[in-house]
Amino acid sequence: MSRIKEFPLPDLGEGLTEGEILAWLVKVGDTIELNQPIVEVETAKAAVEIPAKWAGVVTKIFFEAGTTVEVGSPIVAIDTDPSAGPLPADDGLPVPSAESLAAVEIAPAEGAVEPGLIGGPAPGGRTAVLVGYGPKNTTAKRRPRIGTTPAPSPANVPSPPPAAATAHRPAAAPASPSAPEVRSPNGRTSGPVKASPVKAGPVKAGPVLAKPPVRKLARDIGVDLAVVAGTGPMGSVTRDDVHQAAAAPEAAAPTPALAPAAAVFDASREQRIPVKGVRKLTAENMVASAFTAPHVTEFLTVDVTRSMKAVEKLKGRREFADLRVSPLLMVAKAVLLAVERHPMVNSTWSAGTNEIVVKEYVNLGIAAATERGLIVPNVKDAGRLSLRELSEALNTLVQVAKSGKTPPSDMSGGTLSITNVGVFGIDTGTPILPPGESAILAFGAVKPMPWVHNGKIKIRQVTTLALSFDHRIIDGELGSKFLRDIGEFLTDPEGALLAWT
Amino acid sequence: MANGEREVGADAPAGGFVQLLTPDGERVDSVTTTDGMTYSVDFTDEEYRELYRDLVTVRRLDAEATALQRQGELGIWASLLGQEAAQVGSGRALRKQDMAFPTYREHGVLYTRGIDPIMPFGLFRGVDQGGWDPHEFKFNTYTIVIGSQTLHATGYAMGITMDGKTGTPDGEAVIAYFGDGATSQGDVNEAFVWSGVFNSPIVFFCQNNQYAISEPLERQTRIPLYRRAAGYGFPGIRIDGNDVLASYAVTRAALDQARNGQGPSLIEAYTYRMGAHTSSDDPTRYRIASEVESWKAKDPIARVRAFLTKQQVADETFFAEVDDTAKKLALDLRERVLAMPDPEPVTMFDNVYPHGSPEIDAQRASFERYHATFEGSGH
Repeated sequence: MSRIKEFPLPDLGEGLTEGEILAWLVKVGDTIELNQPIVEVETAKAAVEIPAKWAGVVTKIFFEAGTTVEVGSPIVAIDTDPSAGPLPADDGLPVPSAESLAAVEIAPAEGAVEPGLIGGPAPGGRTAVLVGYGPKNTTAKRRPRIGTTPAPSPANVPSPPPAAATAHRPAAAPASPSAPEVRSPNGRTSGPVKASPVKAGPVKAGPVLAKPPVRKLARDIGVDLAVVAGTGPMGSVTRDDVHQAAAAPEAAAPTPALAPAAAVFDASREQRIPVKGVRKLTAENMVASAFTAPHVTEFLTVDVTRSMKAVEKLKGRREFADLRVSPLLMVAKAVLLAVERHPMVNSTWSAGTNEIVVKEYVNLGIAAATERGLIVPNVKDAGRLSLRELSEALNTLVQVAKSGKTPPSDMSGGTLSITNVGVFGIDTGTPILPPGESAILAFGAVKPMPWVHNGKIKIRQVTTLALSFDHRIIDGELGSKFLRDIGEFLTDPEGALLAWT
Repeated sequence: MANGEREVGADAPAGGFVQLLTPDGERVDSVTTTDGMTYSVDFTDEEYRELYRDLVTVRRLDAEATALQRQGELGIWASLLGQEAAQVGSGRALRKQDMAFPTYREHGVLYTRGIDPIMPFGLFRGVDQGGWDPHEFKFNTYTIVIGSQTLHATGYAMGITMDGKTGTPDGEAVIAYFGDGATSQGDVNEAFVWSGVFNSPIVFFCQNNQYAISEPLERQTRIPLYRRAAGYGFPGIRIDGNDVLASYAVTRAALDQARNGQGPSLIEAYTYRMGAHTSSDDPTRYRIASEVESWKAKDPIARVRAFLTKQQVADETFFAEVDDTAKKLALDLRERVLAMPDPEPVTMFDNVYPHGSPEIDAQRASFERYHATFEGSGH
């Protein structure tokens, strides 16, 4: 056994396959003790510190912080006997020994399955899937049977498992700018694209052979199938052919010589930001919402001069002395009162049970821009709060969000939301519903505008409200009445309050 | 059934609890509850020192297990960090003939029963099924299913009553461990009903560590847990679960009541899980740091150390020796865990029937032949 020991990333929580290195607590050359914390790793379940398995000296760190590593990949090498003198030149190489590789027989490819059938490899390296957990991207390790193991030949010694190739996802762009990586759907990285033969494909006569999903893909990414050379069965165009054709113009076209200082449009001028954390969650939520709930957005431009005056009046009152009173408070109150008049808007579509769940409580979400990205914490049971309590709750919510300490409980269970795009000076937008909610109001900037007031053109404080709602639950009529009520309150808060409550 | 008549410390929850050693290491002579029960302990200096040694040792072994899990040597670990006093105190209160039914977190109780601490590691390392002979140490197997051991314990307690093994001062009593989350389970409530109705010789020892994984106590109950006992017709009492003396005194009294035929009782040990629910859990997602900090001030070991120092029962040399011995035990445990052999595939046939069966024997033989076709199969 070598004195250099490699520590593979363990499964830190019952069936996890990967973890992200958050920070190294040691560096190469450090002397460490047994059980000394050496690295922070975040998995889907928890962020944990890993204690050193051996005492010794750190000789190699395999992955930098920020890297997502597959379970089983070595992450650190430790010289467990540093007092034994300098290392022999080869000893430090953390390469799996030939024997250890030979001891693992890679299961043969299931070549018996006809290409394209469910479970079999489809043209282009994909695995066709109808149901289930998706294609298996790892190869099974099987013990060799007695008398059946061929002597390891170069062809038979497996290349390092795909784990090694995909585990390391550097944030930096690939070094060779003219050879973009193509990541096939199964996550494996293929080499530089050989683009020229595909691109040069002649325009063919007659119909192009391609399966419907490939045709859709081509249409989606704007590739003309007629100019793609098919490499699939009977010359049909495969998914990879389409991807290659799409990549081809950038990959293959030499920079025209006619522009002496031609702009370069490649990786050297692109920044790659790993999608994770709040950004990843936001993206998933937005996609989930935008493609399940049919959105409708309505607009209403209203004169909020009286609301702004009401805000000023509140600021002067003793009860609000220690609070930051903002126009958002008026909008929140307007929404809450309007919900009381139209409870149906405060509901959720439960596809699982085929029901519309109308909620008697309003957990009012407020979209907040934070350093971590967009989050939508909510004020629980906002409908029961007095105006002062509501103001307090909004203050706290925003402050906590800005400090980045919003607990998860504050971000779940929202029933209806407000996004205050006005703070950025924007007139309005068409907000996307937070998943599970049926209405979201965008509150635009309040600007002085010429407005017809009492039959004359006056300068008034005007804003535009935009209400997006889930058209499965809320018809145009209901949505319109709800938005109209919000507008009425903001136009004349005192009057509306007296009339409605 | 409120607890103490005396002013309880500032660290007590509303309603008070039995506390014999304050977080500052001040000894409270005795506590008399409104039920008229008086609790105290009368330990020799040596006994105090050994309690301290127990506490430090179980914490150190637990820390080693947590490290082993992070190093990929255990599949999962349920840490007892913070709950040492509840476990050591109640475990030491058991008499030799008493039977304990643990959850999967009672490593401290296991240790006080004189069991080699490596016993449950086969389960957490995944090299055996976590089975052992419950009668050998009067310590049932770890139970993963939440609360089900309270029913097993109730059945066992009813059984020893029928066998006539209890009802005398040197009779047998039963203790069932569970957590605050288990009190929401039907099993636990059924166990309360049956034990209450049959007046069984059982002590229900609830370590209320404030969280059922991520669910806080207020989502489990509207009243303090010990008051639930009243509804089932037996006494309930709350103790400072971070006070090893209170844990010992109250458990011993409750066990003695049980063995004397005076029926079950419920002890709520009010404590705090300082670590994660298990190594698969991230408590920072549902607990705030200040709460954890406030419980650090109530550490079960620090108060005993402060007490021993003030009483001049122990000095730095003793504390260093205890730490050193605990560390040696932990490193020895580590070596032995790493050396645990992987099970042979055929062992899966071992415990199907107590005396085998022709069908299983045939399956085993066939499976052995199949395995022999692989290289390195070794038999």
